[in-house]
Amino acid sequence: MNTKKPFEKVVAEHGPTVLRVCRAVLGEHDADDAWSETFLAAMRAYPELPADANVQAWLVTIAHRKAIDVTRLRLRAAVPVGDVPERASTLGVPGALDHELQDALGGLPDKQRRAVALHYLGGLAYAEVAELLGGTADASRRAAADGMRALRLAYAIPERTGAGK
Amino acid sequence: MSVLTSSSEAEGEAIVLASLVEGTAPAADDLEALHRRLELAADRDRMLDLAYTTVDSPVGSLLLAATEKGLLRVAFAVEDHDRVLDVLAATVSGRILRAPRRLDRVAFELDEYFARGRRSFDVALDLSLSSGFRQVVQRHLPLIAYGHTETYKQVAEVVGNPRAVRAVGSACATNPLPIVVPCHRVLRTDGGLGGYIGGLEAKTALLALEGVGAR
Repeated sequence: MNTKKPFEKVVAEHGPTVLRVCRAVLGEHDADDAWSETFLAAMRAYPELPADANVQAWLVTIAHRKAIDVTRLRLRAAVPVGDVPERASTLGVPGALDHELQDALGGLPDKQRRAVALHYLGGLAYAEVAELLGGTADASRRAAADGMRALRLAYAIPERTGAGK
Repeated sequence: MSVLTSSSEAEGEAIVLASLVEGTAPAADDLEALHRRLELAADRDRMLDLAYTTVDSPVGSLLLAATEKGLLRVAFAVEDHDRVLDVLAATVSGRILRAPRRLDRVAFELDEYFARGRRSFDVALDLSLSSGFRQVVQRHLPLIAYGHTETYKQVAEVVGNPRAVRAVGSACATNPLPIVVPCHRVLRTDGGLGGYIGGLEAKTALLALEGVGAR
């Protein structure tokens, strides 16, 4: 029997996590669009979702795709300016999101930022991250680790005394 | 050294992670605004199989749930609203959102009813939670006028099955739309209250509101 909890509970339980992932990947403004598209798509597909599915991983996977859609839309809407930037950085849109963090995230290569968001905020295993980003689980692990290291530097969090490089 | 390095790295990572989690944390307002946007979009796309809200009333908090067809369920707090929603998700559809807009009309009419400004309800009903004889009984109940009562026996006679007194009782007990479908206006032949899904206190309160004296 494929009985599931009310979708309202899914939104309540996972809404904050999905928004975190969207914000880390896209910045605050576009994150709202990606969040909305994610939950709308999830609600559409909800009746077919197996009852034993990992709901958070399912949602984070949808969010990843929607974030790409939002980025593409943004690129298409943008006035062409010679070289197309590697990513449409909407990070830096004023809002409640911690500016220092936005800048730090915005400074990461796309793959690292996504790997950090999907694994550390979205709770996906590296094998699942690899399915979304391409490459191997190890490559995703490295991308996330590199991203975290770069964030630490951006935050200027000092190495503890006595800790060698 | 390598041990120190890795522990320091782990600490650094924990600090970065804490900043990440904190820095992307949504405020309650943000999530509420997104929720409202989802309600509207889901309704627009015809995916909102069930919309619900809760309203306060003199007989406690009431859960109101409606399909696109109409009001499907009214539940008292004693029924446990979360449980009722779980059952609706399992039996009707999981595509349920707290989306008060669809319930605005009935919430307004309930307010009027409790303020003694309304004697009957004028909202579309979805009776699909009951079938057969139970639905026949529930269709009859709104014909019992405000402030009047019938006995289980009388209802059985009116719906054409005079011996089905107990079945009338269970039809009233399982009425998915209490208050709006006024099963509280059905009493025992001896004038006793009988049962009520919202508890006898609620039944007494509703009858008192309508000016029906206790016997």
